[in-house]
Amino acid sequence: MRTQALWIALVTAAGTMAASAETINAAGATFPAPIYQKWFENFHKAHPDIQINYQAIGSGGGIRQLTEGTVDFGASDMPMTDDQMSKVTKFKVLHFPTVLGGIVPTYNVQGATSLNFSGATLAGIYLGNIKKWNDPALKKDNPSVNLPNEDITVVHRSDGSGTSFVFTDYLTKVSPEWKKVGANTSVNWPVGLGGKGNEGVAGLVKQTPFSIGYVELLYAVQNKMEYGSLKNAAGNFIKADFNTVSEAAAGAANDMPADFRVSITNAPGKNAYPISTFTWLLIPDKIGDATKKKSITDFLQWMLTTAQADAQGLSYAPLPKSIVAKEQKQLALIK
Amino acid sequence: MATAAVTGPIQSRPKKLVKFWRDGDQIAHLVTLIFAASVFLVTVFLVYELWIHSGPSRAKFGFSFLTGKTWDPVAEQFGALPFIYGTVLTSLLALLISVPLGVGAAIFLAELAPPKLSNVCTFLVELLAAVPSVILGLLAIFTLVPMLRQYGEPFLKRTLGFLPLFQGPAYGVGYLAAGLILAIMTFPFIISISREALLAVPREQREAALALGATKWESTWKVVVPYARLGILGSIFLALARALGETMAVTMVIGNDTGIHTSLLSPGYTIAAIIANEFTEATSDVYLSALVELGLVLFALTMVLNAVAQLLIAATTGKGSTQA
Repeated sequence: MRTQALWIALVTAAGTMAASAETINAAGATFPAPIYQKWFENFHKAHPDIQINYQAIGSGGGIRQLTEGTVDFGASDMPMTDDQMSKVTKFKVLHFPTVLGGIVPTYNVQGATSLNFSGATLAGIYLGNIKKWNDPALKKDNPSVNLPNEDITVVHRSDGSGTSFVFTDYLTKVSPEWKKVGANTSVNWPVGLGGKGNEGVAGLVKQTPFSIGYVELLYAVQNKMEYGSLKNAAGNFIKADFNTVSEAAAGAANDMPADFRVSITNAPGKNAYPISTFTWLLIPDKIGDATKKKSITDFLQWMLTTAQADAQGLSYAPLPKSIVAKEQKQLALIK
Repeated sequence: MATAAVTGPIQSRPKKLVKFWRDGDQIAHLVTLIFAASVFLVTVFLVYELWIHSGPSRAKFGFSFLTGKTWDPVAEQFGALPFIYGTVLTSLLALLISVPLGVGAAIFLAELAPPKLSNVCTFLVELLAAVPSVILGLLAIFTLVPMLRQYGEPFLKRTLGFLPLFQGPAYGVGYLAAGLILAIMTFPFIISISREALLAVPREQREAALALGATKWESTWKVVVPYARLGILGSIFLALARALGETMAVTMVIGNDTGIHTSLLSPGYTIAAIIANEFTEATSDVYLSALVELGLVLFALTMVLNAVAQLLIAATTGKGSTQA
């Protein structure tokens, strides 16, 4: 008798669970994971029948899982390459920018609070060509700062990361010599120490006198770290914040390719911060299951409009309106 | 078994079965055989998986993977030498520090210390062995590395700076820091197991030595320690295995530089560290399979070092028995 009751209870429970929530699985980038978690949670509250599970396993993992079809959509801090796109055979991947982030240079030089860097100088430091803090190139960008005659200790990320990709992508654009090193989630760094994660880089910079590193803007803001300004394509020294990062996206909006696979480093625009980036959701253009398709497009529509307001609270820059309008058009491509 | 009994056509079958069941030896034999076989199967499966998934990298680089010095994910040029070098160097450095320390402490705890002190120390050692490596890594970042940078490495440069081993800028992070943290991680193992081995030496051995007029130290050093030699060596190899594969703490303090440097003060890299660092974001096939192949290399490296260790044991055991 008791076992029978238990069985009935179990079966009903299983039945209601299956009926009540449609589960959508996604995986990918770690950088936007905090806001994605919040979005998926809020979206679930508004639509109790849709549950989106997000695994922050890294951009590379997200692209692999999407290619193998083990997740419903992916997320990445860098656009997929043509080579990667060609490996996805069952559908075409659509890129939807979600929020923006910036990468800032941070340093440990006594007496120097706010330093200016031009792209070529930053590349010179990371190539190992500029070895001292009082190098003429650095002095020229910071005429009012008394820079010490000390060796520069360079710090970079040791783990593969979208942050390194954006940083090296920027260096590739501003320095012909850096092109030999190239842009990737990890590169063959000519000089420097590797720290694991933003916290690893920040820790090494904080501890090592006369060092320089790079971290995500939101990490620097949350930890109240001092960071430098960068010379943008228009020739102005710009300090990163949510406005100047959004400005970079707006500056790049005019020649935005239709598939949104674009790097917005060194973007035009008077106040555009040069090491800015989109982060993307990777959505298949064919979603067989009709309810799933509706859930995903509903989510994207909501993400592009209402949910953008959540971005700044979590230290991401929201998308400029011109980009949102273009993305809404792309929604129609999901079949 | 039960179904076999029911469907068995011959009358005597159930009786046989009962006898079989009572005869626990056979069952124990079978069950333990399955367990033992599973260890073997898991190992074989592991090697098979590593072999298959490292295919693209093996095809592209062949044996030059082992001697290649470049690790360039952009150009997709991969070589394992800096990582093999870093792994072996930091592990040996760790053993160089932890073996004398650990064996010495074990001798004191097992032979010389008053029992109360020995018990307290043993408890602490076992506690230390259970500390997760990430905690030790954090400890290293916040205390060991700054101390090395400010005091340790400048001191080494002043005193031993004429050696190529102690040259270059003092970053704090590097081979030396990794070796030290590995030494801290491995020496509880050496103490714990060596102490057990020393305690297992029969009382008669000590008594006989003392009766022949040996001092306490002579009986310990010339009789007890050689008797427990196998256990002590075993503890060292276990420590070596842990040092070779340790990931988290090493990644945090080694500096993660893909060069090969003579100086212990330089930043370096180990196999486990680069796999942990780059696996999640490795997108291209060759890149991913190069990382898997590094796993295969680490596996082979552990096997080779273990084999060398076994040979060493065999050699010293032979020598020991002729002496005795």
